[in-house]
Amino acid sequence: MNLGSQPSVSEFQPLLRVSGLRKEYVQRSPFSRKKIAVNAFHDVSLTIFPGKTLAVVGESGAGKSSLARCIALLERPNSGTIELAGNNLLALSGQELFAMRREVQLIFQDPTSALNPRLTAGEIIAEPLLIQRKGTKSQRRARALQLMEQVGLDSAWERKRPLEFSGGQRQRLAIARALALGPQLLILDEALSNLDTANQTLILKLLAELQTAHALSFLHISHDLRLVSEFADEVAVMYEGTIVEWKSTRNLFASPEHSYTKELLASVRSVESILLERSA
Amino acid sequence: MRYLARRLVHSALLLFGVSIFSFAILQLAPGDFFTPISLNPQISAHTVAALRSQYGLDRPLPIRYEHWLHSVLRGDFGISFAYGTPVAPLLAVRARNTLLLTGTSLLLAWLLAIPFGIWSAARRRKWSDRAGGILTSSLLTVPDLVLFLALLLVAVRTGWFPTGGMTSAGSEDLGFGGKVKDLAIHLFLPALGLVLATLPPLVRHVRSAMIEVLEAPFVRAARAHGISERRVLLRYALPVAANPLITLFGYSVAAMLSASLLVEMVLSWPGVGPLLVDAILAKDVYVVVGAVLLSSVFLVAGSLIADASLFAADPRIRMD
Repeated sequence: MNLGSQPSVSEFQPLLRVSGLRKEYVQRSPFSRKKIAVNAFHDVSLTIFPGKTLAVVGESGAGKSSLARCIALLERPNSGTIELAGNNLLALSGQELFAMRREVQLIFQDPTSALNPRLTAGEIIAEPLLIQRKGTKSQRRARALQLMEQVGLDSAWERKRPLEFSGGQRQRLAIARALALGPQLLILDEALSNLDTANQTLILKLLAELQTAHALSFLHISHDLRLVSEFADEVAVMYEGTIVEWKSTRNLFASPEHSYTKELLASVRSVESILLERSA
Repeated sequence: MRYLARRLVHSALLLFGVSIFSFAILQLAPGDFFTPISLNPQISAHTVAALRSQYGLDRPLPIRYEHWLHSVLRGDFGISFAYGTPVAPLLAVRARNTLLLTGTSLLLAWLLAIPFGIWSAARRRKWSDRAGGILTSSLLTVPDLVLFLALLLVAVRTGWFPTGGMTSAGSEDLGFGGKVKDLAIHLFLPALGLVLATLPPLVRHVRSAMIEVLEAPFVRAARAHGISERRVLLRYALPVAANPLITLFGYSVAAMLSASLLVEMVLSWPGVGPLLVDAILAKDVYVVVGAVLLSSVFLVAGSLIADASLFAADPRIRMD
């Protein structure tokens, strides 16, 4: 794990460059024509380099998941730019946008609802290839089986359905699906939060292996600073809809500046001290 | 398979219970088929007593029930006092007519509800969805009786549709195509009434089941892969939303049957409904029991079909 490595400097081109991103949702009050704008996030700027992990931490309601959905092009931000490997994603449409969707994949918090209960494991992993019209049926199946093995699932289970797998296995299935199109960026939206500690460790290990093998970049969105600190190169702290602090993981732990970051760190430390006391 | 066998046994027991219950209830009502005759001063008490004993009405209830069970085993389901014939052939014709009406309406209602519900879900919160919502809720608030009477009024005023029966006079002379056309014209209004009465809740259920699935993360994942809207609706949302809808199908059979009773009365469709109402008024006991039993058979069959389809459609149900 890359704990404490310095932020990459510009000897590489950044894979993802987000700047000045803002998203608001408009709510209509049911009894009047008045519209209420709710700010999900504003002035968000981020950069992720190839093969690196950026964690975005913050409390729930801070706008993290909306940010993830915007970067995955599931929602359109109100302003700002999202560049992936030099392409302005928000300017794309039609066929170009369709092709660009291969590059960014999402992994969700709850693997159960993230998998179509009607499809078999093999079909679930092959589905992105089918949607993107890649390969023949037998090629897609071969790729699905290969991916199953790669994420630590027995390829003999290809005909099982999601509900026949355990929580950790389902998350592996979701990871295999996300890898099917050979993306450059994986967005982990609280992807480990629903797993028990043992599974968290195993999935983290798997993600680290995949990162090395495929030069993947991760945008890891989480409320759990301790979890991401084991894994992220850099951490951006999100508070009330914007990024208040963004540093390498080591620097963040060593010299937190924003009061919310200090609060977060204090809670991590208190958990650790409780654990230490217990084991003593 | 064992599950279905168990369901069949349950259904048989249920029907048995229904027959006992309707027998007992009818017994509680004062008077019998021959009470109006006995009030006629021209008919002697002796004659009435003879009629009662001829039809077994002077025996105690359990004995009559036993006799009735025997007649069920013989396949004639007792004798109708009013028609003087066994109940079974009487009911069979009416059941065929009711099935024709409810079957057609059920098919039409679902054929409309599924696309309309999907369309509405795909356009949720847009003005066309809202307009559809207003339409279905206004239909929902109109009492069935008012709806059917309005249809009757339309038929009478315009003369476009016949106002009763299944066939026109002289339809026996028509060829096969002509007969079908004649039947379709007669079927149109009652079927329209039934469809309008049962469609709104179906559309709403289809819409909400679809919307629930459309908001699921696996749909979001598929959208992130660039899936087309059409494929999301048909390959993702509809199959996953199907389970509650298949269950709803069973209920819709029930709703359809209860509404058909009324529509048959108002628009004079010669189904089980008018027969049942006449028989209740006349205290034609075995016809009532037979008709009630028949309706229960339809209901049980509806929910059995729904369960069997659910069983076939969803692999998860096989595990328990």
